[in-house]
Amino acid sequence: MSAPLTASAATAAIAPGAMPATGFWRRALRHRSFVLGAVLSLSVLGAALLSLVWTPWSATDIDIASKLRPPSAAHWLGTDVLGRDIVSLLLVGARSTILVGVIAVGIGLSFGVCLGLVAAARKGWTEELIMRMSDFTFAFPAVLSAIMLAAVAGPGMVTSITAIGIFQIPTFVRVTRGSANAIWAREFVLAARAAGKGSFRITIEHVLPNILSILIVQATIQFALAILAEAALSYLGLGTQPPQPSWGRMLNDAQTLLFQSPMLAVYPGAAIAIAVLGLNLLGDGLRDLLDPRLARER
Amino acid sequence: MSDAPLIEVKDLGVRLNTSRGPAQAVRGVSFALRRGETLGLVGESGCGKSVTALALMGLLPESAVVSGSIRLDGAELVGLPDAAYCKLRGNRISMIFQEPMTALNPMHTIGHQVAEPLRRHTGISAAEAQQEAIALLDRVGLPDAAKRIDAYPHQFSGGQRQRITIAMALACQPDVLIADEPTTALDVTIQGQILDLIASLVEERGMSMILISHDLGVIAENVDRMMVMYGGTVVESGATDAVFRRMGHPYTQGLFRARPRLGARKGTRLKTIAGTVPELADLPAGCTFADRCAIVEARCRAALPAVVDVGAAHGVRCIRTDVSMAAGGSSA
Amino acid sequence: MSVFFLRRVLTLVATLFAASLIIFLVLDALPGNAAQMLMGADASPDAVRALTVKLGLDQPLTVRYLLWIEGMAVGDLGNSYVYGTPVAGLIAERLVLTIPLAIMSMLITVVLALAAGIYTAANHNKLGDVGVMSLTQVGIALPNFWFAILLILLFSVKLQLLSAGGFAGWDDGIWPGIRSLLLPAISLAVVQAAILARVTRSAVLEVLREDFVRTARAKGLGKREVLWRHVLRNAMIPVMTVMGLQFANLLAGTIVIENVFYLPGLGRLIFQSIANRDLIVVRNCVMLLAAMVVTVNFVVDMLYAFIDPRIKVSNL
Repeated sequence: MSAPLTASAATAAIAPGAMPATGFWRRALRHRSFVLGAVLSLSVLGAALLSLVWTPWSATDIDIASKLRPPSAAHWLGTDVLGRDIVSLLLVGARSTILVGVIAVGIGLSFGVCLGLVAAARKGWTEELIMRMSDFTFAFPAVLSAIMLAAVAGPGMVTSITAIGIFQIPTFVRVTRGSANAIWAREFVLAARAAGKGSFRITIEHVLPNILSILIVQATIQFALAILAEAALSYLGLGTQPPQPSWGRMLNDAQTLLFQSPMLAVYPGAAIAIAVLGLNLLGDGLRDLLDPRLARER
Repeated sequence: MSDAPLIEVKDLGVRLNTSRGPAQAVRGVSFALRRGETLGLVGESGCGKSVTALALMGLLPESAVVSGSIRLDGAELVGLPDAAYCKLRGNRISMIFQEPMTALNPMHTIGHQVAEPLRRHTGISAAEAQQEAIALLDRVGLPDAAKRIDAYPHQFSGGQRQRITIAMALACQPDVLIADEPTTALDVTIQGQILDLIASLVEERGMSMILISHDLGVIAENVDRMMVMYGGTVVESGATDAVFRRMGHPYTQGLFRARPRLGARKGTRLKTIAGTVPELADLPAGCTFADRCAIVEARCRAALPAVVDVGAAHGVRCIRTDVSMAAGGSSA
Repeated sequence: MSVFFLRRVLTLVATLFAASLIIFLVLDALPGNAAQMLMGADASPDAVRALTVKLGLDQPLTVRYLLWIEGMAVGDLGNSYVYGTPVAGLIAERLVLTIPLAIMSMLITVVLALAAGIYTAANHNKLGDVGVMSLTQVGIALPNFWFAILLILLFSVKLQLLSAGGFAGWDDGIWPGIRSLLLPAISLAVVQAAILARVTRSAVLEVLREDFVRTARAKGLGKREVLWRHVLRNAMIPVMTVMGLQFANLLAGTIVIENVFYLPGLGRLIFQSIANRDLIVVRNCVMLLAAMVVTVNFVVDMLYAFIDPRIKVSNL
């Protein structure tokens, strides 16, 4: 009876990162939503990278003479009201989207994880204070913070990045604290404490590595949320400013021409949806693949 | 009439879909139970005893495939549509589960939960059901039943909650009570009280009972007949005193030796059965116990051994009963 | 009153104060002299000083903050820097649109989400479950304003059934108003409903695995009865938590959606005020939105105690 118990306890104690890499990839390639999510996300990333070296036309040059062209061999998806090539705009727009998303999630992740780890390690009033503060921040959705910042500092990429970044923090605080608390309750942490290790060392050596996979999953999903927020802010004119192309801005431009060229409103939205869907599927897939607890239940 | 079995199970088989693929969780289980008789199912966890109980209740997951026959008063239960089964459950067959802490709905009052089967099966009014629920809770020894009828499960201790689930199971005066490890989750001091309560209620109402336990002591004290299960099969069955007098199967003997004993000399090592319970998804071809058996030989692994009668209505599924019973007699 | 209730009320008040402080700092203290901003850099210093005094901006920060708080308590939010009319009136005019819009979309969200979530959980791993869950996966990925544009394309441009924007008001009865809020409410709701449906489904599935579900089945209850009588109430707790959190997103969403449909609601007011540099209006609107979010989450907390007997008793 005792033999299988110790065996399972041993596997549970192994950090998810320690899983054999080949096994991970073999399982990953068979995971449908992971594969689909990875393909979609990578194609958006590919578009952004491609736009750095090549676009079919310039994304900023205005050519009123050839405005609102239907799709053709020269302009695969046609041109907008200023005669700019839609494909080029979409490619460069991917770049703004990813840039804002990465920085905003980076802000949320670094602040959120630090605060969450401190809350879990310190307990008591420190934890209470951090949690109250993050609850409080939840009352300010990104759009609301962005409005406040735009009213004061003017609209722009910095405004949207800051607003989205701040809104990301409380989610990371909660997730980090929740999963870190679970690790703190485990026996190997107790053993480390008994061995005289301080809470900082335990956090770095035991807690962080064990919640890393959860954080990766959460960051993927938060990235998707950041893209949605960025699109909404640029659509409202609070985010990325022209002439820098962005998908949200393109939608705003297209809305005034709904009756003339309805398709202009379809492409950028589809691009946003593909990026978000890809990241969400990727996150779901990663959760299944990285979380050994869930994986064993399957 | 009274000699006709109340429950008759013939060649029951259950195939489950587990994470490791399809598994034959129960095979070839047969027994008959007359009105007022008590039967014990004993074995380690994963041996198929709970699956057998759930098959009787018709509560296996939808993906489970049940073969063989289960008859209640002659009526076939295998393949019965769920709507018809619902009329039997809680009415003619009831079940008490292992975990009293989670077996009750935290959102409903205990009065409501005890009255629920009455309302479902007898069609009496809410007020009458409430009165009946108080009487039932009084009978199972819940203190201040009338006053606490509107309390919620979290306000009771584990032992009290198990009394409440017993009241619930008995509400409609069932013919058969299945008790699946009813005391395993409770404090040792409470265990005896709950078992005594169940025994007296079974006696008083003339119910048949199937008691499931991993504890040979519980089985020895509470049932007329017993079946020892291992790897989804019944390896030994017979009258309780007959089985305890002459344990025929090496596994039964192993279980007996592995039980902790009060007053054992200090330093005495608890004997364990070597090896582990086989995964149901990959059972060995022959005798399921072969890998852990001390007297295994090549024949044992060829095919599942037939049941050998070693006494009046005492059967053992072992081809080496000659050796095992001689050895078992001396060591026990 | 119970300790539970008291604690929550104190938290609510403290949160509102903190919110007001931050909003005041960002939208009043930080930008510097609003009079200068209103009049532009070229204005004469005398004119700016006159306006500063007129707007009451010459008083110290703490006094201005306390005056604002005091004003909020009695419903006097000051006058718009631009129009000179009371801010409370401006906001009230817009709320007759924004509040019905928020309520309508919340209702649509809850109905869609519960129906889809319960249906999929009851048909776990069957074709319907997989189909609806794939739909919700797509729904979560849609930006709500893009979905709104697609709805306009379909219903206004192609089918010409509903107008592409504008608000009919409540003067001609309730239906024209509701009709003009229908597309905005749906476009807000569908995305939220997709999220809430997934939460509902997993909450129901989780409860379905509980022991007491088996107990209920053992009593002779059918699957449907167990679902309605035993499972749903238990599953509602995580669903309500998410609903409370979604309300914040919903209000933020109304700001965006009002701009898609050119609806004269709170969101449009905020935007016009930002463009006009009418910071006192922005400040009060943001405070109102934050207060609504905080209050709704407070109500959700209260509802827990109403639904879950364990909370009430352990905290009395």
